[in-house]
Amino acid sequence: MPVLARWIEAAGIPTVVVTMMPAVAEERRAPRIVGVEFPFGHAFGMPHDRAMQRRTLELALRVLAGAETFRTRIDLDVEWPVPVREAYRAWQPKVPSPIVRKLLETRSRGST
Amino acid sequence: MLVDSYKFLPRSFRPLYEGRGAFPGEEAPVWTPFAKRLSESRLALLSSAGIYVKASQPTFDLDREQEHPEWGDPTWRSIPATARPEDIAVAHLHINDEDLLADPEIALPMRALDELAREGVVGGAVANHVAVMGYQDRRLEDWHATTAGEIVAHLRNEDADGVILAPA
Repeated sequence: MPVLARWIEAAGIPTVVVTMMPAVAEERRAPRIVGVEFPFGHAFGMPHDRAMQRRTLELALRVLAGAETFRTRIDLDVEWPVPVREAYRAWQPKVPSPIVRKLLETRSRGST
Repeated sequence: MLVDSYKFLPRSFRPLYEGRGAFPGEEAPVWTPFAKRLSESRLALLSSAGIYVKASQPTFDLDREQEHPEWGDPTWRSIPATARPEDIAVAHLHINDEDLLADPEIALPMRALDELAREGVVGGAVANHVAVMGYQDRRLEDWHATTAGEIVAHLRNEDADGVILAPA
């Protein structure tokens, strides 16, 4: 996603990336970054929490319009309201993705 | 507060992301100044949550990904800003889609953006936002060769003054 942002930016359209992995977006040199400490799949916040979603979107707009320099990063100061262990389990798919399944199979073959 | 970028990531995945530096060939700064006032600007949203419109669009190709786990569907969807939450479907094998289906605003906040437009904070929203499925081959070959150019053409056609991208 940071790389896609770079291609769009290079084509003349300003971008901001709202991401749960802002350190990775910095490494990949996204032009403008908003970091959120939210579980995957929830870039703008909790379902049905309009205030939280709006707060995230407003910060994204401020960074998009107001950042002066390449690789500006501002993190959203909002804590996820669900205990970490519960949220960590909740975002993951019920069935492991094909690549994870493949890696697990490879690992179990390696250990036998 | 500084966000912990790996808080919700399984520990064994961390080396796949951390310390890998720039994408090959993408080291140099890129920058387009945001020229207008927000209140005069038209904004677009781009989500990688695998969102599509159930009634009128094909799903992202998850069958092929099941057969070729290193591959991810590189196509994109144009999501009408008028689409209702019940019109939206999600095709993404790497996240639990329950919350996304319950409230797609968590990935594509079209209602919130419309609200800001009504209040005059932003000038408006594009008529059609953008959705991709974020799990891609590591070299992003199809995104680079085809998808990115198509999305840029779409955004120009929609007169977008800026884009808010959100990975899933």
